[in-house]
Amino acid sequence: MSNRVILDPTSEKKFTSRELLARPTGLSGQTIGLLDISKARGDIFLNQLESRLTAAGAKVLRFRKPTFTKPAPVDLRHEIATKCTLVIEALAD
Amino acid sequence: MTQIKNPLRDGWTLIVKRECATCVMVVPVIARLVRELPSLTVYTQDDPKFPDGIVSISDADLSASWHADIDTVPTLIFREKGIETKRTVGWLRSEWRDLTGIADLGSELPEFRPGCGSMSVDPDVIDKLRVRFGGAVLHSRQIEFASAEDEFEAMFSRGLTDGLPVVPPTPERVMRMLSGTSRLPQEVVAIAPPDLVELTIEKIAINAVMAGCLPEYLPWVIAAVEAICTDEYNIHGVLATTMPVGPVIVCNGPGTRAIGMNSGVNVLGQGNRANLTIGRAVQLIIRNVGGGRPNEVDRASHGHPGKLSFCFAEDETNSPFTSLAVARGFDASQNTVTVFTGEGPRCVVDQLAREPEALAQTLAACLRTVHHPKLPFAFDALLVVSPEHARVFAQANWNRERVLQEIHARLQMPGSEIVRGAGGMAEGVQEAFKDATLPKFRPGGLLLVHAGGVAGLFSSIIGGWVSGATGSDPVTKLVTA
Repeated sequence: MSNRVILDPTSEKKFTSRELLARPTGLSGQTIGLLDISKARGDIFLNQLESRLTAAGAKVLRFRKPTFTKPAPVDLRHEIATKCTLVIEALAD
Repeated sequence: MTQIKNPLRDGWTLIVKRECATCVMVVPVIARLVRELPSLTVYTQDDPKFPDGIVSISDADLSASWHADIDTVPTLIFREKGIETKRTVGWLRSEWRDLTGIADLGSELPEFRPGCGSMSVDPDVIDKLRVRFGGAVLHSRQIEFASAEDEFEAMFSRGLTDGLPVVPPTPERVMRMLSGTSRLPQEVVAIAPPDLVELTIEKIAINAVMAGCLPEYLPWVIAAVEAICTDEYNIHGVLATTMPVGPVIVCNGPGTRAIGMNSGVNVLGQGNRANLTIGRAVQLIIRNVGGGRPNEVDRASHGHPGKLSFCFAEDETNSPFTSLAVARGFDASQNTVTVFTGEGPRCVVDQLAREPEALAQTLAACLRTVHHPKLPFAFDALLVVSPEHARVFAQANWNRERVLQEIHARLQMPGSEIVRGAGGMAEGVQEAFKDATLPKFRPGGLLLVHAGGVAGLFSSIIGGWVSGATGSDPVTKLVTA
């Protein structure tokens, strides 16, 4: 049996690239979303960030995932996208 | 790929080959049928001049044989309005006479001769025929290797393997794999994390080929994938966690014996094709279809070797306990997979306990150390009890429920021992719990399976992961053909 032709075992997903928005010139007047992923002591870190961002003139909104082990629910992602002008995203651990 | 149309027409059809002694023997009968049955079409699989002196159609491409589902020659068929209504296989004089209505047909021949194997079911050609005549059901992109490319190396370089060589998933092999299920190739079984893409039976079959599965393993792979892709099991989190865990697949039911799974000696180790390849296929599917790869969404600090494959059968035949599947609400006659999120197994030695209480004490002491002896309630565990340890319980008439109850009773931890700082260890529960008593496992968080070789007063503990809605719940699914 010839092995020269195989079937693609991947999802064959096509990724689309999008252009980034222009970078903001400053934080003043921006609404910034901070997403707490519900890991222990994450709130301590986010509290510090919030006070620094607020001092810089930004409005901060806080959001929280039900559990750190699952992706953020669609509704939560939608809420963040509609309420915020900037989101600070970082990887846990 | 194009589907080749069924060439069979209404009326009589006879399929023969010269290589078959029975076909040669019935040539005088065929000559008579040609005279008396005007609609008769004779197909010849090998020699287009056979039968001598009779006009026949060459079935060298075996399309008529394939579409008529011929496994033996000679086969005589009658079709009306596109539907087959009569068939006889080999030479049985009375049946040929009944079917054709010719009362004295073949008087000069013996009463019975078996036929010969049809060329269309020759193991060397059947896979090619499946692709040629049924391959249109395959929708996956074809990848053609360059002539100088080594196909095994090419699959490594394209990132399609788990670090070990894989079987090239040719269309022939994938079609053969699909014969292991009655489900249609384009049926969507699940949405596969982390890329959240539709996972079809075809993609599962392709990866099952790569893992080295036989077609009869495919329904087990499908059920395991369905189970891990549920919200309760949460394969996304299992994959993404920094902890060293992956799916552990426990198979139950008579089908485990039918496909030759191992539930005995070296049950969690190497050496059994079904155990190893079913588990490996599940991991390959998450890697290749879901897009979950180490150092991408898979962030495990260490991982463990069972993330290549971790699948075994429960020893139900010799067990004094009801099986895991029955304990989870299924019938012993059903085939099921239960997926559990687990780390690598660790051994519990107790060669001295002859009383069930003493053995329960040992098991509890070792289970307490799962992930950390001071952490309660957060992690499940799977306890694999060996036949010799199970015998200690069975001799005292302890059933599954009693064993679990006795272990739980020994795993109630005083808060003072497990608060942060106690025992010189920072890890532990908050000070507020110092006067509480906390269980090591949540209700139902300790799973018991009977498996292993008949010699050895050892059991195995497979520690779990974040349990419940926060992390992962064990999920059991029926295996269906």
